[in-house]
Amino acid sequence: MKITLHVWRQKDVNSVGKMQRREVNDISQDMSFLEMLDKVNEDIIIEGGEPIAFDHDCREGICGMCSMMINGRAHGPDDGTTTCQLHMRSFQDGDAIHIEPFRARAFPVVRDLVVDRSSFDRIVQAGGFISANTGGCQDANSQLIPKIDSDLAMDAAACIGCGACVASCPNGSAMLFVAAKMGHLANLPQGQPERYTRARNMITQMDAEGFGACSNHYECEASCPKDIPVTFIGDMNRDVLKANTCSSAK
Amino acid sequence: MSLSTYLKSSIGEKTLMAVTGIFLILFVIGHMLGNLQVFVGPEYLNAYAAQLQNLGPLLWAIRLFLLTTMVIHIWAAAKVVRRSVTARPVKYAMQKDVATNFAAKTMLVSGGLILVFVVYHVLHFTSGNIDPIGAFADTHTEEGADVYAMVVTSFQHLPTTIIYSLSMILLCMHISHGASSLVQTLGWRRCSSNCTDKIGPVLAGFLLVGNLSIPLSIYFGLIP
Repeated sequence: MKITLHVWRQKDVNSVGKMQRREVNDISQDMSFLEMLDKVNEDIIIEGGEPIAFDHDCREGICGMCSMMINGRAHGPDDGTTTCQLHMRSFQDGDAIHIEPFRARAFPVVRDLVVDRSSFDRIVQAGGFISANTGGCQDANSQLIPKIDSDLAMDAAACIGCGACVASCPNGSAMLFVAAKMGHLANLPQGQPERYTRARNMITQMDAEGFGACSNHYECEASCPKDIPVTFIGDMNRDVLKANTCSSAK
Repeated sequence: MSLSTYLKSSIGEKTLMAVTGIFLILFVIGHMLGNLQVFVGPEYLNAYAAQLQNLGPLLWAIRLFLLTTMVIHIWAAAKVVRRSVTARPVKYAMQKDVATNFAAKTMLVSGGLILVFVVYHVLHFTSGNIDPIGAFADTHTEEGADVYAMVVTSFQHLPTTIIYSLSMILLCMHISHGASSLVQTLGWRRCSSNCTDKIGPVLAGFLLVGNLSIPLSIYFGLIP
């Protein structure tokens, strides 16, 4: 395959970046998208240039590191797929491919396609946990959880924190991420004691990080590699409302 | 987090927008039902108009309430937009939309144009400051107002019919996204149901048919 790449190149967080064009030959349809970038980088290194910096780790769709905007969509054209699980067979010979970093004020570009998503870590640190002063391990079935609740919790817990929701949102909002992190705890008994303080604290941190507001375009759901539904945002909104208006939810 | 801090948070601003949106939608529904009396006959519409005028202080209380609601709605919208604009300082060279729709993307434009229309509408049919064909002046005499005659004469005028019809399309576009959104914002959506996204378009559809039926029926001579 022969493709034309347009890649965002930016030296560091303080530099001004720009799109750079590059013709690439000898790409196999069986290559993953990241393997294609690896090959491009090998070529660049042989030429004596600076390779394109991009984030990657597990390359099996579970770590959430490979964040990039491919042809205007977070993680590329395939639904429910991370960039590393995207293959070159999803493109045609002769295609032009535009690659940009995830863009948001809360995701500053570190270099080229690498962004700093530690704002997500700080939101989780603000409340995305349960405080358990553990003793001995409980028997697995001592606390029975209805299947529907555990399924919901697991749906939310599928979030890998990749940031595609923020990247694809026209408003740069992180609500699907925050809703997923609240939702996987709010649907389990272990998450109940801190449910409403968690809701308050995570939203305060989300706003402090400078994410945008949700205006229900639902681009986040469409780009989420784990197909997390926006219903969790509705549940989060209800919890946050309750946390601030009901005395029983203090 | 106190209530005032909450209302300044991103979700609080949206809650304000949703709650004020509910009142505005209820007003639009009530306003439409009242106006549909034009199909029943002049005596009904005129009696209804006179009844509203006779509310006296209550009428002004309702007007003040609606004005406040509108101001809060617009203020919350401005805050949400500001948050969103600052959240992405460097724009994408290429960004594709796959889930959103035209109504959702044009909320700001439709909202702004509806505001212009509301001002025009009040100056046109309520105060009579704008009276392109003299319909208001002719029907508001010392003996009382013939609202029915004013409406019928006005909508026999093509530009007025076009302005009102286009405004109703904008209004219903705005409501089609707004009504579904408020269900989500207030957390009324149940995970098991997928009807939420249809609430807005269905409600907007009813409002569009009801509101368009008046100017179009008059213009095409279905109402004498």
